[in-house]
Amino acid sequence: MTNETLLGVDDLTIAFGSLTALDHVSLSVQKGERLALLGHNGAGKSTLFRAILGFLSLNTGTIRIADAAPGSERARRAVSYLPEAVAFSKALTGSEVITYFARLKGEPPRKALELLETVGIADASKRRVGTYSKGMRQRLGLAQALIGRPDLLLLDEPTSGLDPISRGEFYDLVDRVARQGAAVLLSSHSLTEVEAKTDRVAILSKGRLVAEGRLADLAGAAALPIKVRVRAKGADADALHAKIGGRRLNGRSVELDCGTGDKMAVLSRLAALGDVVADIEIDTPRLDDVYRHYSKPPAPGDAA
Amino acid sequence: MKSLSRIAAVANTETRLASRNRWVLLATLILVLFALALAFLGAGPAGSRGASALTLTAASLATLSVYLIPLIALLLSYETIAGEIERNTLPLVLATPVRRSEILIGKFLGHIAVLSVATVVGYGIAGAAVTLVHGFDPGGALAWTRLIVTGILLGAVFVAIGILVSASTPRVGTAAALLVGIWLLLVVLYDLALLAGLIVDDGGMFTKTIFPLLVVANPGDAFRLFNLAALEASAPVGGIDGLARSLPFPPALALAALAGWLVVMLSAGLARFRRLRP
Ligand SMILES: Nc1ncnc2c1ncn2[C@@H]1O[C@H](COP(=O)(O)OP(=O)(O)OP(=O)(O)O)[C@@H](O)[C@H]1O
Ligand SMILES: [Mg+2]
Repeated sequence: MTNETLLGVDDLTIAFGSLTALDHVSLSVQKGERLALLGHNGAGKSTLFRAILGFLSLNTGTIRIADAAPGSERARRAVSYLPEAVAFSKALTGSEVITYFARLKGEPPRKALELLETVGIADASKRRVGTYSKGMRQRLGLAQALIGRPDLLLLDEPTSGLDPISRGEFYDLVDRVARQGAAVLLSSHSLTEVEAKTDRVAILSKGRLVAEGRLADLAGAAALPIKVRVRAKGADADALHAKIGGRRLNGRSVELDCGTGDKMAVLSRLAALGDVVADIEIDTPRLDDVYRHYSKPPAPGDAA
Repeated sequence: MKSLSRIAAVANTETRLASRNRWVLLATLILVLFALALAFLGAGPAGSRGASALTLTAASLATLSVYLIPLIALLLSYETIAGEIERNTLPLVLATPVRRSEILIGKFLGHIAVLSVATVVGYGIAGAAVTLVHGFDPGGALAWTRLIVTGILLGAVFVAIGILVSASTPRVGTAAALLVGIWLLLVVLYDLALLAGLIVDDGGMFTKTIFPLLVVANPGDAFRLFNLAALEASAPVGGIDGLARSLPFPPALALAALAGWLVVMLSAGLARFRRLRP
């Protein structure tokens, strides 16, 4: 049963007037799988969530949630949603908010209230939401999303406003829910953050799905060069540049690109230069560079 | 069954919010204070003969309620949907299995509950005070009961109007501005226009045929007309209300008009809400 598709998005296009917010996007999330959705501001992440919830009319394509149409009663029973920047009524207490949503979802409130413990705000459950910190409100939103063991969790920037430790706890929770069989689609702005916390990532750029797969595969496919920064002794970058080529950075440094394979060759060549070199820095590509590589705007002339 | 429990959850949350935000207290206070002022400060029952103090206060309260009850109803309801759009909780609610009609009915019932408490308690206290001071009479008590029940119906019409407007704009500020305009139009300007018509027409066709229909077509006027007509000759009335004496149709038509408004406004609100894309 590991191959059960809980969310299938196929060739989805959403346009707001002349603006194409999503451009022929296809992706799927299986039972027990965690997919992270990344993309710059305005890439179309929240729009994708709203389309999956059935709030938008589709220009092309189809969406299936546990084999039901988006927005249908069956789909709504299967999904749980945490929107970005949600602000519950300040005058209600945490447990009142949870009780309310439990009733809307047809779940016993008593069981749902235990989730306040799970997300770590049980102490504040009798206090009004107006007195909560940003992180506490986010946890309350998460507790709400976990009510009734949803099949498909849709979390729009769930960790925004959480401190690093809370983030860790949050991903542990997501992991637990996924192991119980839920499919999780969450959005984030940081590839570093979702590394090792999700099974796959999908990167949106200007409404187009530019990359999708396991993170290690994406990093490999991007084949980003290692950057070697060489500082010249004295301030004689010109002489150094003449010897080794590369890019002049400033009066004192030169930067070289090299593939993973020939790093050692480059280094020994630099070492052989002896006196001219004052210092060497090696900059291996980080996840955020991989992200930047995929989400940079397509060069003019690139086929869509 | 599930549907009822979801409606109850929505209604329950609305009344809770209204009481937390002091709306219940405020609305009750407004009604009780104005009713007491009318009963004891106005030209009032003291100098009149024939009708009981209870009946007379009920008559003047019918006129005052036309202003107060719609205002309170609109204040209760204007932000109920626009506010949820602004806070971004509407997508969250609409993502759950609850139906849009259930949300709307729940919100409506919640606001009606608040309005009913305010009206029953507010006018109840004032009525009790009048009875204590001027004595009890069955006709007066009936007039007060009629006033309270039809007052809640009038309020229900305006709660439905408030919900319709709240579902028509994503901004709370816009909803508030629209509703002030609607209140002015329906409650104040409409009557002024009718009076102007009466004066210009000077007892002609308009006064005899169209005017009575135009009066019942307005929810506030229909409410007042029904209450005053029921009081019959026992209370002195003038102006537009003089019509209550010479109605060309049974006063129950005024109630039917109110019910009609309620059905139309609720349906319009539901249609609007169904088309809303959060
Ligand atoms: N209702 C709407 N009407 C018109 N344009 C819209 C609407 N909703 C979204 N857009 C546009 O669609 C694009 C995608 O927006 P979306 O909110 O999906 O971005 P996002 O990836 O969630 O960004 P962020 O990281 O800032 O949350 C944006 O250009 C936005 O302006
Ligand atoms: Mg977004």
